[in-house]
Amino acid sequence: MRQIAIYGKGGIGKSTTTQNTVAGLASLGKKVMIVGCDPKADSTRLMLHAKAQATVMDLVRERGTVEDLELSDVLKVGYGDVKCVESGGPEPGVGCAGRGVITAINFLEENGAYTPDLDFVFYDVLGDVVCGGFAMPIRENKAEEIYIVCSGEMMAMYAANNIAKGILKYASSGKVRLAGLICNSRNTDREADLIQALAKRLGTQMIHFVPRDNEVQRAELRRMTVIEYAPEHKQADEYRTLARKIAENKMLVVPKPLEMEELEELLMEFGIMAPEDESIVGVAAVRA
Amino acid sequence: MSNGVKKVEGITKESTQSMIDRTLEAYPEKGRKKRAPHLAPNDQASGSACVKSNRKTVPGVMSARGCAYAGAKGVVWGPIRDMVHVSHGPVGCGWYSWGTRRNLMSGVNGVSSFAMQFTSDFQEKDIVYGGDKKLAVLLREAKDLFPLAKGISVLSECPVGLIGDDINAVAKQMTKELDLPVIPCNCEGFRGVSQSLGHHISNDTIRDYIIETREFSEPETPYDIALIGEYNIGGDAWSTKPLLEECGFNVKAVWTGDGQMEHIAATHKVKLNVIHCYRSMNYMCKVMEEKYGIPWVELNFFGPTKIKESLRKLASMFDDRIREKVEAVIARYDPEMRKVIDEVRPRLEGKKVMLYVGGLRPRHTVGAYEDLGMVVAGSGYEFAHSDDYDRTSPEMPDATVIYDDASEYELEQFVHEVKPDLVASGIKEKYLFQKMGLPFRQMHSWDYSGPYHGYKGFPTFARDIDMAINSPTWGLVKSPF
Repeated sequence: MRQIAIYGKGGIGKSTTTQNTVAGLASLGKKVMIVGCDPKADSTRLMLHAKAQATVMDLVRERGTVEDLELSDVLKVGYGDVKCVESGGPEPGVGCAGRGVITAINFLEENGAYTPDLDFVFYDVLGDVVCGGFAMPIRENKAEEIYIVCSGEMMAMYAANNIAKGILKYASSGKVRLAGLICNSRNTDREADLIQALAKRLGTQMIHFVPRDNEVQRAELRRMTVIEYAPEHKQADEYRTLARKIAENKMLVVPKPLEMEELEELLMEFGIMAPEDESIVGVAAVRA
Repeated sequence: MSNGVKKVEGITKESTQSMIDRTLEAYPEKGRKKRAPHLAPNDQASGSACVKSNRKTVPGVMSARGCAYAGAKGVVWGPIRDMVHVSHGPVGCGWYSWGTRRNLMSGVNGVSSFAMQFTSDFQEKDIVYGGDKKLAVLLREAKDLFPLAKGISVLSECPVGLIGDDINAVAKQMTKELDLPVIPCNCEGFRGVSQSLGHHISNDTIRDYIIETREFSEPETPYDIALIGEYNIGGDAWSTKPLLEECGFNVKAVWTGDGQMEHIAATHKVKLNVIHCYRSMNYMCKVMEEKYGIPWVELNFFGPTKIKESLRKLASMFDDRIREKVEAVIARYDPEMRKVIDEVRPRLEGKKVMLYVGGLRPRHTVGAYEDLGMVVAGSGYEFAHSDDYDRTSPEMPDATVIYDDASEYELEQFVHEVKPDLVASGIKEKYLFQKMGLPFRQMHSWDYSGPYHGYKGFPTFARDIDMAINSPTWGLVKSPF
């Protein structure tokens, strides 16, 4: 069983990419489980055709304790026999979403969700490794492979580099490795080249460039993956290719995150960021 | 007596149920509905639980329960004397669980036992930046200061689980670096409904990190046993262990009273596990049964009747050599116990006691009170499960009140109606009942006394109960209530 965690800047398309890729793996005959590690609980809706399933933490709140839950209450089977679980958690601004992830994963382990017939377990994790809770999927005996979803936009690349820093910490004490960047295209200039360059600096690869295509949105409106909605469409091929590349990927590295200056240099090289003019720093509008 | 149905004069199923109903009336409807299944008259003949248990405490009632950390630190880990036990988190949890349970230890402090308070004393910065590096520093310091410790346990307090510190990774790394078992126990207090989950988590931790990591140095014999769920409260293990040895057994390990890590780690080699506190350690007995084929038997070391029964039950599992020794032991102590009973029983005959304690005492001590001529008129547990109540039902007189996770208010109401001569419960209940002018014994820690287990313990138990009930003090006290 290979356990894979997907990280990336908020809104970059992690959940969409994960579910489409998983659907691709399922179409290759692989047995997969998705564990949604985001309180928004939207990591499995395209598989289940449902807005949000009963999450682990929702049921914990309802019943009082996690000991009162059964696996069958939270583990649902979706498209391609993919097993789907959502950790769930509080609305923004209250409580501790990170602990929700820990509680949910502990629950899955203790209740035997990780069955030997599974080929892959995917953790779709909220944004960045903001606290220990969101690092739970990459602790020992869990995900050893991480893919970062990014695009050619500046902030997405900052986030990717930050996530690489988080991985480095866990890689030094355990087996977790960076397996590649997935470029989810935003149609920015020289996007593929830029991500390839970033990947090279990080010591990894751009495993696939997923072009932008509105077919993804059309499928999402129907709460479906492209692979299920329009299996003949060229975008479905892209996800199947990504799935196949992940299944065959052997390039697992300890990342070499960039210093801020290096990252900025790279962005300048590709014209995404202009060099700073030190003479105007701190000068108010009136005097300038 | 123990086979027939026991009755208490004036107590019927109807009278007990009516008392429960009247007590419940004070609650708002939602609370009443939730509490009702946890209170019931005993059905002795049924031999099964009459109350619901192991459920979340109803908010607003004053529960006496502890937390998972308390179950791990205070009950399972704390008594292992040759390990350093680290309370990982802010200082209070470690401080207030330090030695309060009176699990006595032999050895020289700092050399062969470590009855000290070790904590990582979390500060604001540790919450924000994580406490893993601080933990590594602490572990190095502990090894430097106490090189003779056989291992270190790391017991997580709540914030560690919240910020998601990976103590398991630190423990693994430091086990290697220090060449010493560092054992991480994820027993954050907020997990589960009571201290019971802390016991379970600790049992699992022993399963994953300790058992099978050592072997006994002496050759095996057919009489090798381990004493499980004996925590040496007030020196209990120093009564039960010699007693079992006198019966011809080699007690290879005690879990965990005055316990030694390396003996616990080699327990997979014993022939039988003798379990006293079923609630806190049945998990590991079942693991050892499944994994190593070691049978286990539940015994009761309170009061001569139950001790005799237990020793004979134990002997029946062994050969004539043991059976003869056991009979000789019984014959030797019986007259001594008879003398104790003859002295105090006339002063205690017919006196009523109500119990509210933890793991095993609400059922295991019933026989000891009965040996003294007393009547147990109510019993309950803080954190028991259904299998505990199954085992309680045949021990308690029929129709007496059984209470699970009782609140102070419920206990007070029951005591007002049942009018016991003694309440045997914990420190949280003690002053409530003493202020009502009632004799009280603190039965978690033996009220600064003990041991109470075994033949050595019974005379102390009898003396303490006699002293509590018959002290002239109570004649001078007038309850204001």
